[in-house]
Amino acid sequence: MAIITPINSDFTHSEPALTTRKLTLAYDQAIVLNELDLAIPSGKITALVGSNGCGKSTLLRGLARLLKPIKGTVYLDSASIFKLSTKEVAKRLGMLPQSPVAPEGLTVRELVAQGRYPHQGWLQQWSEEDENFTKQALAITNMTELAERPLDSLSGGQRQRAWIAMALAQNTAILLLDEPTTFLDLAYQIEILDLLYDLNQVEGRTIIMVLHDLNQACRYADFVIALRQGQIVAQGIPADVMTEGTVREVFGLESRIVKDPVAGTPMCIPISRRSHPLTSNH
Amino acid sequence: MTNSWIVIRTQKSLLSMRIDRRVPWVLLALIIMTLMIMVISIGYGEYPISPLNVIKTILGLSTNNPDYNFVIHTLRLPRVITAFLVGTALAIAGTIMQGLTRNPLAAPEIIGVEAGAGLFAVTIIVLFPSVPVFFLPIAAFTGAFIAAALVYLLAWANGSSPIRLILVGIGVGAIASAFTSVMITFGEISDVSQALVWLAGSVYGRTWEHVQALLPWLILFIPASLLLARELNTLNLGDEIARGLGSRVEWQRGLLLITCVALSGASVAAVGTIGFVGLMAPHLARQLVGNAHEGLVPTSALVGGLIVSFSDLLGRSLFAPIELPCGVVTAAVGAPYFLYLLYRNRNA
Amino acid sequence: MNTSQSYLQQQLPSKRSHSFRLLGLIVGILLLVVCSLISLTLGAADISPDVVWRALFAFDGSTNHLIITTVRLPRVLIASAVGAALAVAGSLMQGLTRNALADPGILGISAGAALAVVVSTFFWGSLSVQSYTWIAFAGGTIAAIVVYTLGSVGRNGMTPLKLILAGAVLSYLMSALTTGILILSQRTLDEIRFWLAGSVAGRDLDSLVQVLPYIVVGLIIAFSLSKQITALTLGEDVAKGLGLQIGWVKAIAAVAVVLLAGSAVSLAGPIGFIGLVVPHIVRFWVGVDYRWLLPYAAIWGAMLLSLADLAARLVIKPQELPVGIMTALVGAPFFIYLARRKIKS
Repeated sequence: MAIITPINSDFTHSEPALTTRKLTLAYDQAIVLNELDLAIPSGKITALVGSNGCGKSTLLRGLARLLKPIKGTVYLDSASIFKLSTKEVAKRLGMLPQSPVAPEGLTVRELVAQGRYPHQGWLQQWSEEDENFTKQALAITNMTELAERPLDSLSGGQRQRAWIAMALAQNTAILLLDEPTTFLDLAYQIEILDLLYDLNQVEGRTIIMVLHDLNQACRYADFVIALRQGQIVAQGIPADVMTEGTVREVFGLESRIVKDPVAGTPMCIPISRRSHPLTSNH
Repeated sequence: MTNSWIVIRTQKSLLSMRIDRRVPWVLLALIIMTLMIMVISIGYGEYPISPLNVIKTILGLSTNNPDYNFVIHTLRLPRVITAFLVGTALAIAGTIMQGLTRNPLAAPEIIGVEAGAGLFAVTIIVLFPSVPVFFLPIAAFTGAFIAAALVYLLAWANGSSPIRLILVGIGVGAIASAFTSVMITFGEISDVSQALVWLAGSVYGRTWEHVQALLPWLILFIPASLLLARELNTLNLGDEIARGLGSRVEWQRGLLLITCVALSGASVAAVGTIGFVGLMAPHLARQLVGNAHEGLVPTSALVGGLIVSFSDLLGRSLFAPIELPCGVVTAAVGAPYFLYLLYRNRNA
Repeated sequence: MNTSQSYLQQQLPSKRSHSFRLLGLIVGILLLVVCSLISLTLGAADISPDVVWRALFAFDGSTNHLIITTVRLPRVLIASAVGAALAVAGSLMQGLTRNALADPGILGISAGAALAVVVSTFFWGSLSVQSYTWIAFAGGTIAAIVVYTLGSVGRNGMTPLKLILAGAVLSYLMSALTTGILILSQRTLDEIRFWLAGSVAGRDLDSLVQVLPYIVVGLIIAFSLSKQITALTLGEDVAKGLGLQIGWVKAIAAVAVVLLAGSAVSLAGPIGFIGLVVPHIVRFWVGVDYRWLLPYAAIWGAMLLSLADLAARLVIKPQELPVGIMTALVGAPFFIYLARRKIKS
């Protein structure tokens, strides 16, 4: 992975990147999240965790203004995200949905260039700035070599890197990602997460992502939000959030929390019927 | 960075754009081929005229035969131009539809727009045979818009979805076809024959009036489609991504649909239903210049013009003296091509 | 098959008891009989029910009796046979493709059969019903193979959208070619246009007798495959896991579909949407078990087409509509409704 050199503007802020007030989200009148108050720290990696259907993806879509709340709102730098023009929001906040699909034959370069959409107008369709950011996004994600290849000819990990490159070309202070590692092999999962970690460390981008794997969330995130049935069960640094009690409440699973031997972060080991060391050697 | 794009920027960076490197050459080649076909097509007929004389007459140079002027300017030129214009309009409409639905197999004729136009026109021909001909395009146009509006409204459920657009379109098309069948079944046999010729799509006997009726729509909506091409690139990545990039998805989709219906409605109104052009042209164009719609839309337009011009020539010459409507020719060529596409897109 | 049976029985909703299902079947049969009787009495000349009765059981050769036996009775019987064939074909297709929107009309099988008939009429003029039937089979078979192959090739297998697009385009092509032929020959147009819209009128009992064996064979094949089709609706992998030879099941079921749809087309022209609507209606009574669903579909299909034919004769009396237009006008909105409800983006 290429080492990132910060050319971009400095993204670091002290205030929360995104706040929600009484955010209520619903699909077809079925309320998923009810009156949620939340503050997402700026310049940090935040992970949303929880079991299937707990509303973590819904929350992410709400934060990205893809889902209109039936009550409450999301604030981006103290302005309601729904009051700003959608292009204005797109200059400050990028969103990558879960397993997006590109049209057949689209090359990586064309895809990444699409990330410049919010910065373009009818007359300014391809400025030098557009070109530079596209080039840089390709370089950061190590996709320059593959730029002319059609997306459908790439491996899963490469494809995901191309999509992330598109989001990078958008050059936003905040990056939202919905399970960026699903359907990837373990090695690619780590590669993608390392890339996101670098982006955060070097450029100070705020990264908010839904993660399925608790241990990956603990290792990479500065801030973890655990959800259950549309309610926040716990939030804070991984060491505070990741307790046996939280895991029981969120996943309905007995577990033991140990120290990750590699990163030193908390690690959740589930307890199951096949867990007794004495019986396992019989 | 520019190995596959041509980038155009003004000095004070007021204006900038990029386009695939292949586009200018492809466009040039297509224009030359189209002109050649047109010249041959104008020269072909019961009263053959050599290509040289065709060019001379059109350029207003003197030829030694005074009849040429009448034959070319009054009889053949308007027909050939109508064919070309209709082809461009249908191809752009198809490109838009495929981009909008994110489905390379969608086309205005599949999702009911042309069936709506057909129903209204056939109704006029069969029920009111005495109504003057100029009323036909208006009726066809109305039909296309009503069908498109119905499809869009019925496909709406918390926003529009490409899959629902296609399926609802097929349903609306079936209803329109059923009513068309009523007309065909009960009309006077001679009226029905005339309606069928119209349904099959023919540029036979088209005059400057038809060109004049078609032109305003094209002048308005072809530039619109070029301006909106950029939006198609974004919509093509899916609604979520497009929204995330700051595109006003429903608004853009609405504008594009109107453009699509206007272009296909205008051409159906002028010549009846010529199928599969809107389906074939975008694919051929994509193979020529790639996926970016800024280059794809004009390329596809010229490919479409070429297809219809050539189909008309084929339809006139294949079974001469019987003239096959060029819609039948495009369908006969286009349907197998479509099946091939379906096969090639098997992993989509 | 033991495992599959117990598995399936678990799958079936328990509230649909046998008596409930039997009741539905009896209701269907009663409605069918009532429809048919009404259909026999109504027409250009209204004939009272007791005359109908006597025409059927004490034929005396009077004009009214002749109308009943040579015009109206064949029509009622043909409507029933065609309706049953189409509904069972539609049910089979929905099961085979696991696609709620499948129907012989929508997937282009009827259009293929119709094109074949138009082409042969163009070249050889009017033909016997027997040869129509075989030509329709050939056309339907080719269309079915093309649509099915195109709809199911590819990495993620058969998707409803691919299948329906393939059918829609095939239908579009057929109608373009049909239009082309009809333009070239006004004779063909005049001979065939009423049939082409789908109609059960103007056929004699003899035509029915000639086509009936194919329909019966198709129904028998369908009924004997019902258990396997039920397993198939759980997905091909599950069906394979249950020990089903899915290649064979699908091939034989496809033969039944072509026999049924082809017979229907050769008797009555391309009548759409019966095969789409009926399975959805009868699923309300019987759930997903094809052992019940198929006989139900046959009865209700017969009943619905008779009803549609009755309506087609009454709406613009003394003229009548081809029944295919009637079914399209009712069925296409239903298709749109299903597309809205069943297909999630």
